[in-house]
Amino acid sequence: MSKYRENAAAIRALVRPGEVHKDLYIDDELFELEMEQLFVNAWIYVGHASQVPQPGDYFTTTVGTEPVVMVRHSDQSVRVLVNRCPHKGVKVAGGACGNTGKFFRCPYHAWTFRTDGALLSLPLRKGYEDTGFEDCEAKSGMATAGAVHVYRDFVFCRLAAEGISFEDYFGGALSTIDNMVDRSPEGRLEVAGGVLRYMHQCNWKMLVDNQTDTCHPMVAHESSAGTAVAVWNRAPEGTPKPMAVEQFAPFMSPYEFFEKMGIRVWDNGHGHTGVSDSIHAAYSPVPGYWEQMVAAYGEDRAQAIMGDVRHNTVYFPNIMVKGPIQTLRIFKPMAADRTLVESWTFRLVGAPDELLARTCMYNRLINAPTSVVGHDDLEMYERAQQALHAKGRDWINVARLAEADEAETLEAVVNGTSERQMRNQFRAWVRFMTPEVQA
Amino acid sequence: MTAAAIAVAPVTEQALAKFVYTEARLLDEARFDEWLDLFAEDGVYWMPLMPGQTDARLHTSLMHEDKLLLRIRVERLAGARTYSQQPPSRCHHLLQQPDVVEMSPDSGRYQVRTAFHYVETRQDAQTLLAGWATHELVSTQDGLRIAMKRVDLVNSDAAFGNICLFP
Repeated sequence: MSKYRENAAAIRALVRPGEVHKDLYIDDELFELEMEQLFVNAWIYVGHASQVPQPGDYFTTTVGTEPVVMVRHSDQSVRVLVNRCPHKGVKVAGGACGNTGKFFRCPYHAWTFRTDGALLSLPLRKGYEDTGFEDCEAKSGMATAGAVHVYRDFVFCRLAAEGISFEDYFGGALSTIDNMVDRSPEGRLEVAGGVLRYMHQCNWKMLVDNQTDTCHPMVAHESSAGTAVAVWNRAPEGTPKPMAVEQFAPFMSPYEFFEKMGIRVWDNGHGHTGVSDSIHAAYSPVPGYWEQMVAAYGEDRAQAIMGDVRHNTVYFPNIMVKGPIQTLRIFKPMAADRTLVESWTFRLVGAPDELLARTCMYNRLINAPTSVVGHDDLEMYERAQQALHAKGRDWINVARLAEADEAETLEAVVNGTSERQMRNQFRAWVRFMTPEVQA
Repeated sequence: MTAAAIAVAPVTEQALAKFVYTEARLLDEARFDEWLDLFAEDGVYWMPLMPGQTDARLHTSLMHEDKLLLRIRVERLAGARTYSQQPPSRCHHLLQQPDVVEMSPDSGRYQVRTAFHYVETRQDAQTLLAGWATHELVSTQDGLRIAMKRVDLVNSDAAFGNICLFP
């Protein structure tokens, strides 16, 4: 029995000003509709152009649950194809990444496709003459994303052929990517340091909510970050503070710290914590880096770049970026109760290696499946994913510091312990799950 | 007999193997403080992310813990507010006979490689991991100590759920 399919009113009713319905996290039909609507209509992060530097280079991933391949075409542009042979449905591009030369070749029957998806050749082509093949779906080769946009080497796609433009979708939120890229003296990033992949038995939105949840670190992470602080406090006087402690300790910052650092929201579900301060603001300087930044940008601009230490930026629907430490996490939906988290890191091209070393350490300490901080969070997610099936209650509360005019105020900076960004995400969720029918 | 006392006698291949078996047994019995004592002060527990990984600095890993980080993990396991360990995880090591790769009695350094199956369990879930542990051991006045334990999981680059203890 269908509760939500073709029932926009029922979907809209799931999001109230201060509460959201548990079905967002546990309903299988809603998950399918997210894959058909939200992850088709919105702009979704695919990968980074540095992963496909040469023509023929490709990288396989998913957009929602759609298997895609990001590929550098012969005209130097980056394309996003649906990784499915139009013949029998085989995934044409195998493995995580590689170089396919001038065309993809399906390993089943050797149909070939240009790197823009067009059908190039197929063996014994004569056998398709006078068969109506010209009217078949297969004639048009591998399907492509409706639109692809590369912003400072960050590759996004919109699967739908028509829809909101890239600029309208992100607006001012792109400033986080700008800051991260500007931290390179050469204004360039490269994917580097490896990717951590962590399987979670919970809904993807639970993870996204957590990114701007500033009332949980001092509680849920007491056992990890709190223990790190306690052990460090016993170190002999004069011991230089290890980088690991610099990275753990700020998680135990008090409520006042998070309140004051603020949250900023933008239209379409994007937002970030750490407007005026963040847990990344006080890392030890790396020798030589400041001098490089001044040489590249001049002192004023370098100061402005380094002074922007925003914490977690959520790009709706499912990625989180940390500019000051050059990490990007993708919360990949697999099922209503399963999410694969990929944690990527970047090298600041031209900057000292020590910055990448610090970034790789941060990724390991915080985002690995072995991370004690990760264990704290996953326990909470799994307990929530289980208990949300309880019949007696239907709503999750997101009312903290809610204001009456939020739906009309598209951009705002608010108290850092507000759940404003979560509410912002849910309003965007409704919008992209129930697109207006064009007249 | 404590783990430390075992290897005060001359270091033979048998003593090296016994050390490796004892280290695993301490973990299986959740005797984490005693296990931590087996590490040299500058000892490291390294679980690479990539098969054959050589760079632990400019490439991330699953674990690369110095003794401070190991101490944080061990203390946290016993914490009253460590909710992700209530109930606690338990582990089981099944080891193939340790293979002594290198013996340098003059420098007091030894390398041992041991294939293993490791099971970690919590509540109704059980995870099996397989791989090889390479121990770099050093001879000290208190007995053998771990300078480096490198754990290469056969599926190190797979997507894992929680790994809470020490393969």
